[in-house]
Amino acid sequence: MKRLTIALLLVTGLSMLALSTVDAPAQERVRLTGSGASFPFPLYSAWFKSFSGKQATISVDYQAKGSGAGIQDFINKTVDFAASDAAMTDEEIAKVPGGVQLVPLTGGEIALAYNVAGVKGLKLPRDVYSGIFLGKITKWSDPKIKAANPGLTLPDQDITVVRRADSSGTTFVFTTHLAAISEEWKKGPGVGTTVKWPASDKFVASPKNDGVAATLRQTPGSIGYVEYAFGKFSKMEMALLQNKSGQFVAPGGKGGEEALASVKLPADLRAWLPDPEGAQAYPIATYTWLLLYKKNSDPKKAAALRELVDYCLTEGQKMSAQMGYIPLPESVSATVRKAAASVQ
Amino acid sequence: MSIVLEGARSPDSVATDPSSWDVLADRLFRGLAKAAAALILLLLAFILWQIGRRAWPGILEYGVGFLTSTTWDVGRGHFGILPAIWGTIYSSFLALLIGGFFGVVMAIFLTQDFLPPRLAVVFRTTVELLAAIPSVVYGLWGIFFVVPAIRPTANWLYEHFGAIPIFGSTLSGPGLLPAALVLAIMILPTVAAVSQDALRQVPYRVKEAAYGMGTTRWEAILRVMLPTAATGIFGALVLGFGRALGETMALAMLIGNSNQLSLSLFSPANTLAALLALNFPEAGPREVQVLMYAALVLLAITLLVNVAGGMIMNFATRSIRK
Repeated sequence: MKRLTIALLLVTGLSMLALSTVDAPAQERVRLTGSGASFPFPLYSAWFKSFSGKQATISVDYQAKGSGAGIQDFINKTVDFAASDAAMTDEEIAKVPGGVQLVPLTGGEIALAYNVAGVKGLKLPRDVYSGIFLGKITKWSDPKIKAANPGLTLPDQDITVVRRADSSGTTFVFTTHLAAISEEWKKGPGVGTTVKWPASDKFVASPKNDGVAATLRQTPGSIGYVEYAFGKFSKMEMALLQNKSGQFVAPGGKGGEEALASVKLPADLRAWLPDPEGAQAYPIATYTWLLLYKKNSDPKKAAALRELVDYCLTEGQKMSAQMGYIPLPESVSATVRKAAASVQ
Repeated sequence: MSIVLEGARSPDSVATDPSSWDVLADRLFRGLAKAAAALILLLLAFILWQIGRRAWPGILEYGVGFLTSTTWDVGRGHFGILPAIWGTIYSSFLALLIGGFFGVVMAIFLTQDFLPPRLAVVFRTTVELLAAIPSVVYGLWGIFFVVPAIRPTANWLYEHFGAIPIFGSTLSGPGLLPAALVLAIMILPTVAAVSQDALRQVPYRVKEAAYGMGTTRWEAILRVMLPTAATGIFGALVLGFGRALGETMALAMLIGNSNQLSLSLFSPANTLAALLALNFPEAGPREVQVLMYAALVLLAITLLVNVAGGMIMNFATRSIRK
């Protein structure tokens, strides 16, 4: 009898101990997990790292699986948040009971990086770069390229186009822009995370931004599209592109911010910039979104998410430019902060 | 004097009846072995079923046309994998041609007393080390070394022999030939290791007998050793080919991933494994179906190669025994 009492006491004592140890870390630390777009990954990982480091109560893990996979995870509710370069379609939003809050946190530019010996500051008019990617302009010495670059000596070399082999948000943004400026592109390859590229043995494909960058560096006479931060950090030559108002703009300057500012955000914060207005706007830019549940099961997580968004909109924006992304214009970040309050 | 062990029944024999423990252990082990073998089959069936189940809507929708059409256009819902099938088989075949030749030559070199045994061990280990290099590293090496190294030769060949279909285009960067070359190096350790085993299994007296009949060293190797070890060497080639068919990352980085049907060694191409690896992460529900279908096709091709290989091997053994 005595033994039984002791055993009982032990069991109750142990279970109380167990309960208390389970409780304690939950009060101390909220873990947020997210997955999705790889395009803003360098920036996000810097943000989340510094955010997790700044306070002791929230830690954030983010996995760059790709926008499509992120949206899938988000719909399946296996993550607390997701990120996507292509926002979410109405069809996808309908699959999330309780609603979705899309939060644009930064923007990116797509640069046309090239590898032509001795050619710096190449200017590409709109019909020329769409022509190159349509496979219509095949030589660097093409009269149209020469006409736009009177000061440059262009070699009589074949143009090798390097594109993304994997399906990607970068391709989506790039093809959206090409479809906006070229009727032929719209009818031909069209818009998508992968499209049917012109059949030519001068079109090669490489996986991921780094693959494209490596192939560009190793292929004389090549041109390809990469996310600007990649071009910047791999120190490649990037072309100046002609925007809607006819100006030639280099990526990485104020042109990106002007492009973002040129579009008014609608109520759902899904704004596309297929061909931004503005005299100095860089022509190929995009927002990239964080996907949040409007109704979170855990109010602590909701609070943590709001705090995270707030951090990214204030402290985070200071990092954007130096990491090669576009800081949000003032007006936009105010709207976004208001919208984030709907995350409960 | 006979040795008497404890527990032995008769003084003339050291053998005893198996104890009940022995019987139990034997049955248990046999059961486990059977279960393990069955599990492998079950696992394969499970994989097939899982892939098949997801591919089914795609199979119903696209049918045989999927195998013969050449466009891959997600936006418009046109899917065809003929270029990928062609690229998979073409690149693997080229790799087998190159890697197989060097692998077998290396196996002969290492087993037929050309080298002092210690040096042979060093060589063997070096070749086996090739198998430990990750695929991505091969891919990067291909981009940064192989492509620039073969570009001048390739373009010279195009300029002078461009009329021949296999030299029918310039090599700008990634393409079939660099991919096949890297693939050849990747299958080399497999082919070399398995062929070495095959050659080493030929009894030494066979070679002695050949020498005894007055053959030269090369006659002994080519007429006696190789035919005797043929089955094993063929097995090595089949294994190498299977490895080449399924190789993914290095090819994804080197082959150019372009849906083209071309005989040219220098033109970019595509392979099934690369197509799968590159398109899965962002695939929508419809695309997943066709990718699963493509995976099923790749499985079928590897299965066919292995079964055909096995059959030819059986046939070869039989004809040698005659």
